[in-house]
Amino acid sequence: MTNVEYLNKGLDQLNVADNSLAPARKNAITSFSKMGIPGAKHEEWRYTRIGNLFNKDYQFPAKKEGFSKTDLDGIRLPGHEEANELVFVNGIYASEFSVIRSKELVVQSLEEAAGNENKEIVALHFGHSSSLLKDGINALNTAFVHGGIFLNIKKGTVLSQPVYIYTITDARRESVLSQPRSLIYIGENAQAELVETYVTIGKADSFTNQVMEVAIEKDAKVGYYKIQNDRQQANLVSTTHFRQLGKSYLHTVTISLNGGIVRNNLNVVLEADHCEAHLYGLYFMGGDSHIDNHTIVDNVMPNCFSNELYKGVMTGKAAGVFNGKIFVRKDAQKTNAYQSNKNILLSADASVNTKPQLEIFADDVKCSHGCTVGQLDEDALFYLQSRGVPAPIAQSLLVRAFATDILEHITPKAIHDYVEQLISLKLEYDLP
Amino acid sequence: MLKIQNLKASVEGKAILKGIDLEIKAGEVHAIMGPNGSGKSTLASVLAGRKEYEVTEGSVEYLGKDLLELAPEERAGEGLFLAFQYPVEIPGLTTTNFIKTAVNEIRKYRGEAPLDAVAFLKMMKEKMAMMNIGQSLLSRPLNEGFSGGEKKRNEVFQMAMLQPKMAILDETDSGLDIDAIRIVANGVNKLRNKDNAVLVVTHYQRLLDYIVPDFVHVLYNGRIVKSGTKELALELEEKGYDFIKNEVNVGEGV
Ligand SMILES: Nc1ncnc2c1ncn2[C@@H]1O[C@H](COP(=O)(O)OP(=O)(O)OP(=O)(O)O)[C@@H](O)[C@H]1O
Ligand SMILES: [Mg+2]
Repeated sequence: MTNVEYLNKGLDQLNVADNSLAPARKNAITSFSKMGIPGAKHEEWRYTRIGNLFNKDYQFPAKKEGFSKTDLDGIRLPGHEEANELVFVNGIYASEFSVIRSKELVVQSLEEAAGNENKEIVALHFGHSSSLLKDGINALNTAFVHGGIFLNIKKGTVLSQPVYIYTITDARRESVLSQPRSLIYIGENAQAELVETYVTIGKADSFTNQVMEVAIEKDAKVGYYKIQNDRQQANLVSTTHFRQLGKSYLHTVTISLNGGIVRNNLNVVLEADHCEAHLYGLYFMGGDSHIDNHTIVDNVMPNCFSNELYKGVMTGKAAGVFNGKIFVRKDAQKTNAYQSNKNILLSADASVNTKPQLEIFADDVKCSHGCTVGQLDEDALFYLQSRGVPAPIAQSLLVRAFATDILEHITPKAIHDYVEQLISLKLEYDLP
Repeated sequence: MLKIQNLKASVEGKAILKGIDLEIKAGEVHAIMGPNGSGKSTLASVLAGRKEYEVTEGSVEYLGKDLLELAPEERAGEGLFLAFQYPVEIPGLTTTNFIKTAVNEIRKYRGEAPLDAVAFLKMMKEKMAMMNIGQSLLSRPLNEGFSGGEKKRNEVFQMAMLQPKMAILDETDSGLDIDAIRIVANGVNKLRNKDNAVLVVTHYQRLLDYIVPDFVHVLYNGRIVKSGTKELALELEEKGYDFIKNEVNVGEGV
């Protein structure tokens, strides 16, 4: 039995509880049965093949047992002493390892929230990502949702401590397919900084299919940082879907430094006047890594501003994909939307496939996009060398300089410094 | 100190330097003048070690070493410095960060310990005052958005920081206001002593009023076609290059 058949059989046996998750789950079950795992014919998956990842014998549904506090201590992020820490192990939220320092922060299981006073919120936002992501992989997560959380940052709450979210895969005993799920609600006037990281321990294969949906209300301010520095056997589809429901501010920084096949879907839906969104990304990959950043900025309402800058540095045999969609719906007049993707290839075997995609249905808008793929600037290299800086160090300086205007947007200092340090290490070991 | 013999170089198969002979001794200042496109910057780039210029013939001896065998950073380590005609802009890298790396890499090359923060800052302050450069400029990304004059002053500031034995200034006076020329010249003169040498490429006699050369050479069509003392610069200023071009062309029987 192939894994897809296995998943389909699992679907048949699914028992969908009668709560506010149900409608989305039922849709997802139908969608997955129809669409299955996206193959190369799916327009959005042309350059990122995940079919083979399902031809493995995974532990599914995954279990979190076997992971310990000591294991966690080895992978906590700098600054954790002053952060809220939410821990997922093999896709299941582990409250026993999580640390909630901000009293205002409400964490409930998704199933619980779908039945209590939050059920309306859950009904409104759970599964909304499927409106933009029409593929079986998104449906798969929703269909089998299990062990997910609902995070409520209530109206007026300004979190003074960031929220670290660990997506941990324990592949020490067997291969693991895990599907973490979370729904985050950020109320009016609330402020929060979210930091996500992905860590796989053990040598077996892993495939993580994560979906996070975030609803942001009026006058809220959100910083979101995704740090990916996993092992080369760790495969990941990471979907982060933001809805800006009122005039609000969002900025995101996606950093990818290592992994197997990594696909990031980042959606920002601007559903109110005068929303502001910034999307930054840096991917610096080597070896056989495959990094795919698919972003969607969906302008639904007028007068919104969005700015997107993704930069790539590729070494070894790494392959990169950037696909940046900007939708401007017909009511979204006076949209300002900018997008830029710049890539440096440091080796002959590295590659990048970049594609901006603007679909504009309003007439009074300002949109721009641009992409470049090139090598390190020879003139700059010579300039540095001629001042006594040896070639490898000059290269490092230039890569670092290239990354600067992404890294400077990582606001939590401990995380900023941590990423800089990871990049330094990479520069030391990964440059040709 | 620097001995160039029959140096020929080409770029993309096109011959640009067609046999340069030039000897510069310690303590001397040489000026190179010549019409646009004659090969002055090419000569400077070849001396600094730019890869895209292929040396097809000739030799360059520098402080007893075969200069052409050395990588650009090794040449810098040996005390060679080139102030670029067109300094490169590097967004994301501050001048301070860059110059600190350069100073310490050169020290490493020479087997010296890196400068500690205090010593480095002291040196920075001293050279900044000398070059009349403010901290704000140096905290900005290297040359990015600098005015033409600021870029040139930054070049000479870096030269002052690196204290080269052999400095090559490629049109460092172009684009400078009158005060800045004096500041730059002053910076160069402070560097001068019996153990080092300077090669200035310029189009204007004016700079040579401040940095008085021992010799003036005219580069034309990839060759040094005339050499003289500082009076030659005055003569060129007055007559232009035509009389030299005529001499050369007659000499070559064109
Ligand atoms: N990288 C290159 N590729 C092609 N041609 C080049 C290159 N570099 C220099 N050249 C050519 O070589 C010739 C000499 O150029 P060079 O820059 O050395 O002149 P120059 O004497 O410094 O002129 P200027 O006074 O205008 O600075 C010019 O014809 C120039 O176009
Ligand atoms: Mg020139």
